[in-house]
Amino acid sequence: MADTTLAYAQPDPHRLRGIAHAAVAHEGPAPKRIVTGFGFWIFLLSDIVMFSCFFATYAVLVDQTDGGPKGAELFDLRRVAIETVCLLLSSFTCGLANIAADVRNKLWFQLGMAATCVLGLAFLYLELTEFADLVARGAGPTRSAFLSAFFSLVGCHGLHVSAGILWLLTMMAQVVAKGFRADIERRIMCFALFWHALDIIWVAVFSVVYLLGSKP
Amino acid sequence: MTDQTTEQHRIDLAPGDEGEGGVGLRVLGYVIGLGLALLLTATSFFIAGTDLVWQPSIPVAIIVLAIAQMGVHLVFFLHLTTGPDNTNNVMALAFGVLIVFLVIGGSLWIMANLNQNMMPMDQIMQMQR
Repeated sequence: MADTTLAYAQPDPHRLRGIAHAAVAHEGPAPKRIVTGFGFWIFLLSDIVMFSCFFATYAVLVDQTDGGPKGAELFDLRRVAIETVCLLLSSFTCGLANIAADVRNKLWFQLGMAATCVLGLAFLYLELTEFADLVARGAGPTRSAFLSAFFSLVGCHGLHVSAGILWLLTMMAQVVAKGFRADIERRIMCFALFWHALDIIWVAVFSVVYLLGSKP
Repeated sequence: MTDQTTEQHRIDLAPGDEGEGGVGLRVLGYVIGLGLALLLTATSFFIAGTDLVWQPSIPVAIIVLAIAQMGVHLVFFLHLTTGPDNTNNVMALAFGVLIVFLVIGGSLWIMANLNQNMMPMDQIMQMQR
């Protein structure tokens, strides 16, 4: 087990002991951490491509309000600013937890993940109260094509955040139950990638949907 | 020592992994990233609500700031670099960005043309009778 942990950090993962020509000729397969990380990176990019379809739909339908309310009448930028700060700080604490996992510090890992979880839940709470408020004002997803596209796009991001929080809690429990095993470390790395990617998508959401949409 | 470092550079890095540096340096990287991201976000929100600048320039400024902030996230949080150990990750990202531009740009372009060529709605309704 000690062989596989942090194989990427070893100066000589294939035990070539300085045989220079052998290293060039027979590099062998990449360590599992790199293969897993790269595969997850491909998944994240395909997820971003899926989001781009939602963005395209939204951009096409943004003016089709069917006589209903426009974005400028609906969006509360102060709430969006708080949501943005929550998600940004959670990305930061997630990075800290990832560093703590790399140096095998359980206390800081759990603290970082707990902070990430609280900030993520705060984000979800703000988003859900916004949705409930819109529906109560008669601006639900069935009101117009614009609102359908809005709820699909922002709701899809919210679903990703919810799934991310479930994954986060799973990782906290797995570290308690199994410690920093090599496979657990790979999952933590994938989770950190996922959470940072969600933050990148949120940057696009608050810029395109809320800031551009709040212009009359 | 020297052949150790060359050995390290021959190995690829997983996305999200950093090359080298102690805990302090890594935390500092996240702090810098957070500071830059907060600055860009604050600028975005400020520009969206201000009357100080020429109004038609505001959407362009917001888009540019958003792209800049995504870049900050990619570099400081996802640790994408231009180094040789990161080539695969950057190539995958470049392909993803290409598809994103094709999907969004293509959709907007096609739908704008369709809108122009559409008959007005009341005429379609009359034809259906």
